[in-house]
Amino acid sequence: MYPSTFTYYRAGSVQEALKLLVENPDAKLLAGGHSLIPAMKLRLASPSALIDISRVPELAGIRDAGDRIVIGATTRYDDIQRSELVRQVLPILPEAIDVIGDLQVRNMGTIGGSLAHADPAADLPAVVLALGAELKAVGPDGERTIPADQFFVDLFTTALQPNEILTEISFPKPPARTGISYQKFANPASGYAVVGAAAVVTLGEDGKVAAVRVGVTGAGPYAVRRQSVEQALVGQEPTAAAIEAASQLASEGMTFNSDIFASDEYRAHLTRVFVKRALTRAVERARG
Amino acid sequence: MAVTKLFGAAIKRREDPRLITGRGNFTDHIRLPGTLVMAIKRSPHAHARIVRIDTSKARAMRGVVAVYTGQDLVDKLAPVPCAWLIPDSDLKLTPYRAVAVDKVRYVGDAVAVVVAEDRYVAQDAIEAIDVEYEVLPAVVDQEKAMESGAPQLYDEIPNNLAFHWKLHIGDFDAIWNEAEVRLSRRLINHRLIPTAMEPRGALAAYNPGSGELTIWCTSQNPHVHRLLLSAVTGLPETRIRVIATDVGGGFGSKIPMYAGEMIAAAISRDLGRPIKWIETRQENCVATIHGRDHIQYVDIAARRDGTITGVRVRAYANMGAYLSTAAPGVPTWLFGLMLQGAYAIPVIHCDVYGVLTNTTPTDAYRGAGRPEATYLLERMIDILARELGMDPAEIRRKNFIPKDRFPYTTPTGLQYDSGDYEATLNRALELVDYSTLRRQQAELRQQGRYIGIGFSTYVEVCGLAPSQAAGAMGFQGGLWESATVRVHPTGKVTVFTGSNPHGQGEETTFAQLVADELGVPFEDVEIVHGDTEMVPFGMGTYGSRSTAVGGAALVAACRKVKEKAQRIAAHLLEVAPEDLAFENGRFFVKGAPDRGMTFQEVALQAYLAWKLPRDIEPGLEATHFWDPVNNTFPFGCHICVVEVDPETGKVDFLKYVAVDDVGNVINPMIVDGQVHGGIAQGLAQAVYEYAAYDANGQLLSASLMDYAIPKASMLPVFTVDRTVTPTPVNPMGVKGAGETGTIASTPAVVNAVIDALAPFGIEHIDMPLTPERIWRAVRERSS
Ligand SMILES: Cc1cc2nc3c(=O)[nH]c(=O)nc-3n(C[C@H](O)[C@H](O)[C@H](O)COP(=O)(O)OP(=O)(O)OC[C@H]3O[C@@H](n4cnc5c(N)ncnc54)[C@H](O)[C@@H]3O)c2cc1C
Repeated sequence: MYPSTFTYYRAGSVQEALKLLVENPDAKLLAGGHSLIPAMKLRLASPSALIDISRVPELAGIRDAGDRIVIGATTRYDDIQRSELVRQVLPILPEAIDVIGDLQVRNMGTIGGSLAHADPAADLPAVVLALGAELKAVGPDGERTIPADQFFVDLFTTALQPNEILTEISFPKPPARTGISYQKFANPASGYAVVGAAAVVTLGEDGKVAAVRVGVTGAGPYAVRRQSVEQALVGQEPTAAAIEAASQLASEGMTFNSDIFASDEYRAHLTRVFVKRALTRAVERARG
Repeated sequence: MAVTKLFGAAIKRREDPRLITGRGNFTDHIRLPGTLVMAIKRSPHAHARIVRIDTSKARAMRGVVAVYTGQDLVDKLAPVPCAWLIPDSDLKLTPYRAVAVDKVRYVGDAVAVVVAEDRYVAQDAIEAIDVEYEVLPAVVDQEKAMESGAPQLYDEIPNNLAFHWKLHIGDFDAIWNEAEVRLSRRLINHRLIPTAMEPRGALAAYNPGSGELTIWCTSQNPHVHRLLLSAVTGLPETRIRVIATDVGGGFGSKIPMYAGEMIAAAISRDLGRPIKWIETRQENCVATIHGRDHIQYVDIAARRDGTITGVRVRAYANMGAYLSTAAPGVPTWLFGLMLQGAYAIPVIHCDVYGVLTNTTPTDAYRGAGRPEATYLLERMIDILARELGMDPAEIRRKNFIPKDRFPYTTPTGLQYDSGDYEATLNRALELVDYSTLRRQQAELRQQGRYIGIGFSTYVEVCGLAPSQAAGAMGFQGGLWESATVRVHPTGKVTVFTGSNPHGQGEETTFAQLVADELGVPFEDVEIVHGDTEMVPFGMGTYGSRSTAVGGAALVAACRKVKEKAQRIAAHLLEVAPEDLAFENGRFFVKGAPDRGMTFQEVALQAYLAWKLPRDIEPGLEATHFWDPVNNTFPFGCHICVVEVDPETGKVDFLKYVAVDDVGNVINPMIVDGQVHGGIAQGLAQAVYEYAAYDANGQLLSASLMDYAIPKASMLPVFTVDRTVTPTPVNPMGVKGAGETGTIASTPAVVNAVIDALAPFGIEHIDMPLTPERIWRAVRERSS
């Protein structure tokens, strides 16, 4: 509960934050602080400096960019939940945010912080995978865009370089007849996901699955897409039997976490069950 | 008994505005100039020899004032005491050094202490201390610890067996041999972490000038702590003042004398500076006592009609690495004496083995022994019902001690004071709408949905007393309680109670009692507790005893005051005391109501003393030490209704009905609150909470990220009702309501889940009934 000594900087702009990162190679960016500060209090993290980006104006906010919705990295959960635009177009975000922590956490935590932290049990990684988001990062060498599929690479590890800042997350607007759902099995102690499954299903005029994306979090060391499930469903009538059969593939080729609450075997089972539940709900919604 | 208007009134707790607006006076809020902070370095190993401790780096750090090892404290502190010396059990005391000297025996054992200018520096210094350990094999499981070849915690305690306690009533073998039905099962009552909202802590301030030690600490029993601190520091009691005004919950975990508080006292004396030590949450998880941790082998003998004829239990109680203050009494007396529960079972045969392991010491945790007994009986009676094809409600009804047999002497020698067990069962069945529920259950099963109904019809012993019994049980203290009632010249009243409420609301209920007894306004009554310099010697708050015992002391003191006031009034009104009546706070002459004096007028005269006769002392106050003749025995019936999702194993709570009988109720709102909190805690044992160790003795659930205390969203809505069967053992007829919920709810929940899973042929799953355990049981039976 008592972090070691660190220096605190408050960045006024992305450029200033980048400069501070170069000058302080041991530093960590501070957004909502709701993953980083607990880790520091337990001395699991002992950065020499914190660079607070939570007040950089250009990093926060939600905007409509035509066929995409763009959310700044330091936009807080609560602001996303309250956004009418998000509620209309990407209802899965408020649905998932609703089950993140408690009110204090949602008042402080940021979307970029959650994704950059890449906690294996965090909720939003599954959602950005299912929505096919793109993540924009800026570093000393300029800007680049990372597809969500390539962003989560290992336990607490993302494609971001230590000197890069995640600036925004850009979501394609889902086409008509799309249904989205996030289903979570929460750990009763922490409230984090033991398994969380996000599904985005677009039906064709014929009622068959035209497109589907599935993301899973909590189960393994990092959030993953479940392409085998998707492939099994595309072009199919989304009947209960078809969904059930496709969901059986959800645990294939994955490594699973194991802890006192849920063994790897049980997590594999939950992965199949929650992918099925997310798909079922998404299909219902796609049908309207 | 005169029931006036505050007795029974649902008054809001007067302590709450202070507590919920952050104006409480908790230990960590106390600031003294010149205070140094203390932090404890704890062992990361469950069992190891300390080879070498290098404190040089820590000592050299800026802001570090002192560093102590176990050796440095040996002549400053006697070992951590154990004060429940159960007789006839071959009890072996554990040499328990506040800071380990040669060996550590659990993860969390103290190995060194830092004193620094601030807590951050102290933490840096803790990390800079270098300890070389020779790691030894550890043992965590109490049955394994008794096997030959198991790691030995102490050279002088063979097979890690601290005691073997026996209670053999009647000839169980004979009953067993002739029984029509015999059931044998192994049940686990797992380990829990009490998790009070406020962790433990102390601010010890030794004044080198006066030689006095004042210590603010998180205590359920300040006088007991003063006595024990005197014993371990060698300071006379007269020079120690213990203050524990606001305490943020305890659940038993703030009864024992702990190393942390002792060390703070010793170091304050050594350095002549105030020393503050406040636990972190993780320290609380490893270094404050744990509860339960029983492995029970149970034999039940019964007739085909469901009558239970005998119970035999062999229990292995995990005591942890050292014997904590009250620990030996918990799995023995508080467990064994209650093994007949609410039932007329004639033969009880109990053996308890207290086993030392490389784990955090266990001690009294809300319910303490009684939940272990109740769970065992309530689980077994359900298994028996299923075996016989009987309804779980009816088999209980069949075995109840009938209401015309009270007071009832149990085979174990207790005297159940009063009861009507069937009435609570009937009321609960009605509230839950039992027959409809059973019908729904059958219908839903057809649709592949699994709801279950679980019962618990419990009786518990509380208001722990009397002192003679305490002595016979080897408890190194009395079990009375004290109160001083001081009426001031204005007629306002200060009450000094030896009880130390820390969440139970007695600042309110006690004021209600006094207002009624003396006929003064509720607002005119102040309750003072938790300061050994202010209140008479008291035994403290635990075992649901504060109102039944402490409240009785208070009422008795009030009656002494009133008797004196009446004599004064009689003298001033020139009549005999017996000619006066007392109503609404006023003495008046019977038959001449105009001739009278208010209680306040009498109080003023008592202090003016102008007109008092020589045989009446001035002033108006009285003290009473109340030693009850018996315990009290609350009882009731809880029914839990759940739905289990067999696909994930998740349990959803549909209904929870609690019908308790705690005797007369002073404040129904407070009793409801106690019942709600108790159910939450007991329910959490059934399905959420679990102190898990790995085989090496690492506590895997040492944070609230892993240890699942229940949140509101994880609980059902409670339907709470009561029957009222007053106890004859105290003037108010009250029993005790602090632990009923915890004792009753655990088996009700487990029985409900197992009932839901009956179609799968599942008869038992050990707690906690986590989704994975349920899923595995279902999968095993389905394949
Ligand atoms: C009690 C509690 C319960 C919680 N429950 C849940 C839950 O149920 N589900 C869930 O998903 N999460 C949960 N969380 C975590 C919460 O969502 C965090 O807020 C989130 O994980 C991190 O976001 P943050 O803004 O607080 O990031 P911070 O803690 O400030 O930072 C986290 C990490 O990301 C880095 N970082 C932050 N922003 C950027 C950026 N723009 N670019 C590059 N790196 C960056 C930081 O340097 C740091 O390493 C919980 C937290 C708490 C305290």
